[in-house]
Amino acid sequence: MNALPLILTVFVACAVEAIEALTIVLAAGITREWRSTFQGMAVALVVLAAVTAVVGPAISYLPLTALRLVIGALLLIFGLQWLRKAVLRATGYKALHDEASAYLREVTAAETAARESRRGVSDWYAFTLAFKGVLLEGLEVVFIVITFGDNQKDIGAAVIGAAAAIVVIAVAGIAVRAPLTRVPENWMKFAVGIMLTSFGTFWGAEGAGVAWPGNDGALLVLVPVVAIASAACILWLRSRKSAAAAPALQKEAVG
Amino acid sequence: MNRIKAFGAFWYDFVIGDDWHVAALVVAGLALTAILAHAAHVNAWWLLPLLAFAALAWSLHRVTGNK
Repeated sequence: MNALPLILTVFVACAVEAIEALTIVLAAGITREWRSTFQGMAVALVVLAAVTAVVGPAISYLPLTALRLVIGALLLIFGLQWLRKAVLRATGYKALHDEASAYLREVTAAETAARESRRGVSDWYAFTLAFKGVLLEGLEVVFIVITFGDNQKDIGAAVIGAAAAIVVIAVAGIAVRAPLTRVPENWMKFAVGIMLTSFGTFWGAEGAGVAWPGNDGALLVLVPVVAIASAACILWLRSRKSAAAAPALQKEAVG
Repeated sequence: MNRIKAFGAFWYDFVIGDDWHVAALVVAGLALTAILAHAAHVNAWWLLPLLAFAALAWSLHRVTGNK
């Protein structure tokens, strides 16, 4: 398979995670203290590197069929979770993930937290906030890179996609020095959900012993089918919502 | 104990997410596909996409049903 779809999929997925990590880091650094924030980031990156160094090679020793079954199942569960949230947000059943309000929440919490020095870190709150944010979002990046890269036997392309996403978001964050609120995050998540679901279905079924018609070419059909089915879910929930709202409006008009 | 609980909750949230039914359906779908492929020699490539869509639609129906 061409490496470009792999690079683009990993790029978009990792960009979403990087935006969320950036929001947390900015809140910690601007409100509290940059030195402790960078220390938290650095320790998280070391932990992530250790996890990658252990899990990455270990995964490549697994038989490909078992690997595809497990990774396919995980990707499919992740993908459906992302799609579920994106559909609920697109139809107004769930509030849009707003980086500005997420940033404000973190800032408010950071401003009220007490300052405490521990283990050579001058501001423990800023340290742990940055550490947790980078570690949690970073784990998802590591998972995406390892699973996509290993299954496609092209870890290099997956790393390029992830590194490009992190660099682009970091540069944008440094330039703007504010959360990236103009990025259409929900639609990016929707697109990533479609890709994770499609790849998860493909690899999971292959791992379970299925031979796809057209081999890898089946993905070219699977991705649009998942996209159409997900779009249909949005239309279905929108019509359901307006059908539920119609009697209330009628009552209001009559009253 | 609290740390172990938090660790477990983190991994549950990371892997399973908001609706465990979706994860259960995915696992059931994969098991059924494997049984059909290996025991009945049926190349059921269509089963997992159908079940994935059903899981998504059912989960959305459940969460929006009372709203």
